[in-house]
Amino acid sequence: MREAAVIGYTQSMQRRYAGAANESELIMPVVREVMQSVGVTQKDIDFTCSGSCDYLQGAAFAFVEGLNAVATAPPIRESHVEMDAAWALYEALLKIWSGEADLCLIYGFSKSSPGELRSVLTLQLDPYYHVPLWPDAVSLAALQARAMLDAGSLTERDMAEVVMRSRRAALLNPKAQLAAETSIEALLAEPRFVSPLRRHDCAPITDGASALLVASADTARRLCARPAWIRGIDHRMETGTLGARDLTRSPSTRYAAARAGVAGRPVDTAELHAPFSHQEIILRRELGLSDSVAVNPSGGALAGNVMMAAGLDRIGHVATRIMRGEADCGVAHATSGPCLQQNLVAVLEA
Amino acid sequence: MSDTPAPVTGIEVPINLQYEFTAGKALTRFLTRIREGRIVGQRCPGCNNVYVPPRGMCAACGIPTEEEVEVVDEGIVESFTVVHIPIPGNPIKPPFVAANILLDGTDMACLHRVSEVDNARVHVGMRVKARWKPREEWDYTFENIAWFRPVEGS
Repeated sequence: MREAAVIGYTQSMQRRYAGAANESELIMPVVREVMQSVGVTQKDIDFTCSGSCDYLQGAAFAFVEGLNAVATAPPIRESHVEMDAAWALYEALLKIWSGEADLCLIYGFSKSSPGELRSVLTLQLDPYYHVPLWPDAVSLAALQARAMLDAGSLTERDMAEVVMRSRRAALLNPKAQLAAETSIEALLAEPRFVSPLRRHDCAPITDGASALLVASADTARRLCARPAWIRGIDHRMETGTLGARDLTRSPSTRYAAARAGVAGRPVDTAELHAPFSHQEIILRRELGLSDSVAVNPSGGALAGNVMMAAGLDRIGHVATRIMRGEADCGVAHATSGPCLQQNLVAVLEA
Repeated sequence: MSDTPAPVTGIEVPINLQYEFTAGKALTRFLTRIREGRIVGQRCPGCNNVYVPPRGMCAACGIPTEEEVEVVDEGIVESFTVVHIPIPGNPIKPPFVAANILLDGTDMACLHRVSEVDNARVHVGMRVKARWKPREEWDYTFENIAWFRPVEGS
C-alpha cells in the first residue's frame, strides 16, 4: 500500500450563526488558506472530495453549490459524500493508495443554523419504524446516557469532568466556539436539558467549514517539513435498528481501532468525535487509550461541532499537532449517525 | 391462509421542517438591487467574466469576486426548452418557455421565462428584454421581472 500523509489543515471560526455568509462563502476562505499554507493551487490537486448533508441546508443537490468555492476550470476530478468529510478523506485515500492521485483536497461544511438540527437529524433514522415517532438527536443521546448511568458504567460527575476538560482545553483553541474555566460542581449545578443531559453535555450548534490536504509519500515530503503520516484507518457501522444495539458500548469503534492498528502504538494524543459528553467516555474505553493520552486538546466537538466537518476536524487537529511537533503519535476518530452508529478511526504519526 | 392480513404496500409519514434560507453575501447585494429595479452582477478579477446573479466567487478561477457591475435588462436566448409538464406548486401553466438568457455584458446565462411570443418562434440567439412587474410589486426577488419578451425586429 502506498503511504499517505496529511500535510495541511484549516478550519473556520466555530460560530453559532455565520450570518449572511452562505455555505460556499464559508468554504472558500478555508480552501484558499489550506492551499496557501503549502503553496499549491487547485491545478496541483489531483482529486477533490467534499462532505456535507443537503438536509441541513434544506435543498436538494445543495452540495453542488459548494464547488463554486474551488477552481473548476479546466474541469477537475471531484466527488462528494453525504457524510462527515472524514469519509471524504477515506475516499481520497483510496485514490492515493490505488495510484490515481498524489495530492487531494478535502473539505467539509455546513450551516446548521437555518433549520432545527435536532429534528433534521431525525431523518437519518429508519424511515418506517423510527422516523414516524420523531425521536430527536438529543433525546436519543439522552437514552444512551441513561442506559450508561443505569448500568453503572459512568456517573454524572464523569460526564461533567469531560465537559470541564473540553472547556478548559478550548481556551487554547482560538477557533473554539465554547471555552471557559469551570468546575465539576458548577456544571452539575446547571439544570437538566433532556434528562439526564445538561446543555453542556451536548455539542453546540455550529456553522463553518474545514479543509484538509492529503498527499502520497513523495508529494508529502516535498510540500511539508513534518507530514502527519496515516499509519492506519478503518471505519465500521452498526445496525440502524437502535433497539438491537447495546448503546453503552461501541463495538464498531473497537473493531475499527483494531483494524487501524491503535494497539501497540505510542499514542500521546487523541481527538475523539463525541458530540455528547458520555460518548467520549465510551470511545476512550473502546479505543483502549491510557490515562497519559491527551484527549481532545482542541476542546473536541463539545467546543464546536460543524456537522459534516467535525469528524474531519478531529483528524485535522491531530495532524496539525504532529506537523507542529507538539505530538508524535495520535488517534483520530469520527462518528456518524445516532448514538455513535458509525465510526472511523485513524492512526497518525510523525 | 384466509386470515392473512393484506400486505402493507406503503405508509404515510408527514414531514415538515422549517428552514431560514440564507442567500449569501453576494446574492443579498443582488436581491437588494433588484428590489430597486436594477440588475447587478460581479466581475471576476482573474478572468474578467461577469456573473449575474453573482455568487461572490468565480467558480472557474476559484477566487472571490468583489467588483459590482450593473448590467442592462436585455440579452439573447442562449438555449431554451418548452415546458409541457406542470410542476407541482408552480402557478405557471404549461406550455411555457424556460430559457437561459445571456444578458448583454455578462458571461453566464441566467434562467428565466420567455413570453409574449408564440413558443414555436422562440429560437437560440433571439434578442429579448425584461418585462418588469409593476413597481409596487417589486420585492427581493428575480421574479420582479415577470418574463423576457422578444425585442421588436429581432
